[in-house]
Amino acid sequence: MSHAVTAEGGEGILDRISDTLIARPKLLTLLLLLPPLLWIGVVYIGSLFALLLQSFYSLDDYSGLIVHQFTLSTYAQLLEAANVQIILRTVMMSALVTLGCAVIAFPIAYYAARYARGWTKALFYLAVMMPLWSSYLVKVYAWKLILAKEGIVTWIAKGLHLSWLLDSLLAVPVIGGPSLSFSYIGTFLVFVYIWIPYMILPIQAALERVPANYIEASADLGAEPRQTFWTVIFPLALPGIIAGSIFTFSLTLGDYIVPTIVGNSRLFIGQAVYTLQGTAGNVPLAAAFTVVPMAIMGVYLWLAKRLGAFDVL
Amino acid sequence: MPAVRFVNISRRFGSVRAVDGVTLDIVEGEFFAMLGPSGSGKTTCLRLIAGFEQPDEGHIEIFGDTAEGVPPYKRNVNTVFQDYALFPHMTVGENVAYGLMIKGVARAEREAKANDALAMVKLAGYEQRRPAQLSGGQRQRVALSRALVNGPKVLLLDEPLGALDLKLREQMQEELKALQKELGITFVFVTHDQGEALSMANRVAIFNDGRIVQVGSPADVYERPQSRFVADFVGSSNVLTPAFASSHGGAAKWTSLRPEKIGVFPAGTPAPAGHAYADGAIKSVSYQGAVTRLCVLAEDIRITAELPAGAAAFEEGDRVRLIWPQAAMVTMEDGA
Repeated sequence: MSHAVTAEGGEGILDRISDTLIARPKLLTLLLLLPPLLWIGVVYIGSLFALLLQSFYSLDDYSGLIVHQFTLSTYAQLLEAANVQIILRTVMMSALVTLGCAVIAFPIAYYAARYARGWTKALFYLAVMMPLWSSYLVKVYAWKLILAKEGIVTWIAKGLHLSWLLDSLLAVPVIGGPSLSFSYIGTFLVFVYIWIPYMILPIQAALERVPANYIEASADLGAEPRQTFWTVIFPLALPGIIAGSIFTFSLTLGDYIVPTIVGNSRLFIGQAVYTLQGTAGNVPLAAAFTVVPMAIMGVYLWLAKRLGAFDVL
Repeated sequence: MPAVRFVNISRRFGSVRAVDGVTLDIVEGEFFAMLGPSGSGKTTCLRLIAGFEQPDEGHIEIFGDTAEGVPPYKRNVNTVFQDYALFPHMTVGENVAYGLMIKGVARAEREAKANDALAMVKLAGYEQRRPAQLSGGQRQRVALSRALVNGPKVLLLDEPLGALDLKLREQMQEELKALQKELGITFVFVTHDQGEALSMANRVAIFNDGRIVQVGSPADVYERPQSRFVADFVGSSNVLTPAFASSHGGAAKWTSLRPEKIGVFPAGTPAPAGHAYADGAIKSVSYQGAVTRLCVLAEDIRITAELPAGAAAFEEGDRVRLIWPQAAMVTMEDGA
């Protein structure tokens, strides 16, 4: 009946468009997806592809100009000992930061998902998210002050008569240094601080989805709480841990600000890229360096999938 | 020795008394149903037996052993959960073998036992599937075999058929009954469906407001309800006021009269000896297949009568006479 009424009254162009779209849901979906698809396809994937292309060019050592000719010599350069050192250092740091984040985040996420209710839950979200509201640079510089030789950590250690502990920690080869703010320990601490929300939230979401009656069923079948944790809760939280580790691992792999401000002067991948494309003007090698984290993440995701980390998703 | 004994058990959640002074013996080897509306305390009682809840007051025994303070993993009872609670990250076989794995049974032995348990519920060959790949009825069977494979002394079933469609539910009722007979294990079955409780159980406890209002065989609670609540909840009986009952040949007490005991006849039909009658007009007719329910306003009381299919047809507004044997009026002790 309503159809007859609109037909008599003549349809507006908007009416006709909405009729067409409702009759063809696929067209509607396509129209909605077109702008983001264009963005991803052209701006995002396109620039990544341009970057990849750059890595197959090379730098002419004499003129300092980029030779626009296909070559693998830039990748050969990437595999020189000094560059491999940078890659290994970054991967090692990323792995340790990921592990540190997971170990610290899990109990927090577990508490939030299983026990926090009402205002404690609100407090949890506030506490986890609040550091994300302030500037990244401010936080890193704040940490530089905290970890500095004249900083609060040294002062507290002195007050507690634990200076010997701090000194012996700093005396450890490789990870130590003149002060926490000039050591790998400091870099590690700041990375863990900066990325931990990205680990807590996915784990909490995964644990939140584990119904209480799985835990009851496990107890009912004779499992003590410790057994229930390892056979039921942990496997079901694993996709959350993997999701969190993708964040912490890849964010650490690509970061150049934290190790520049807090740490010794040894380079990480991000810093290498920054220096190469800036002062050195070696864009091909910088591009080759950025391909490394992408390749590592690809392998990482493939491994996680092989291990069945996403089976329960 | 009873399989499960409750002595004056209470369980409070905040200010709500979920279970309020329940005393109960469940006999070894019986199929025991706990029936009641939602929030009546029946599920909490089941959880008290499983150990998921601890009583605030009272004493629980399972086969003579004190159960309060004992965690679920130290009790020889197993539960079939309402929504089955199958572990999604394990195969069907791993789910069923879970209890045995926890006990440290060797892999080959537990796999063999799990396969037997699956065969018992007609799911042989499903070991490698994931729970997500099964239908609701199949998941229900997996949950059942996962519980039974541990050889529990008491099997607890928390509305296990609630999520199934009618046909499947009736089929599972038969299978559960047969299984219980075959295994001889005590089954404690929680349901809000009175038909299910009456058809399956040896004995039924009817819960209301955290208390047990009546315990007895299905025929007992159906034929001889002791309270208005039971009369109404089990088979929605007509509850007659003391005044109405006494003026129709009954005692001056609250009285239950089953709809199917009442005959509906044209007005003026004489009542045979030993029968009572009431005249009234039909307010509504509801056709339900096997029976037709008539709601009659007779002497200011609404009385529901059930006629078998094919009986004389009546219409709304017809004047009728309701006739029933006086013996069908069951006097109830409790006016509540």
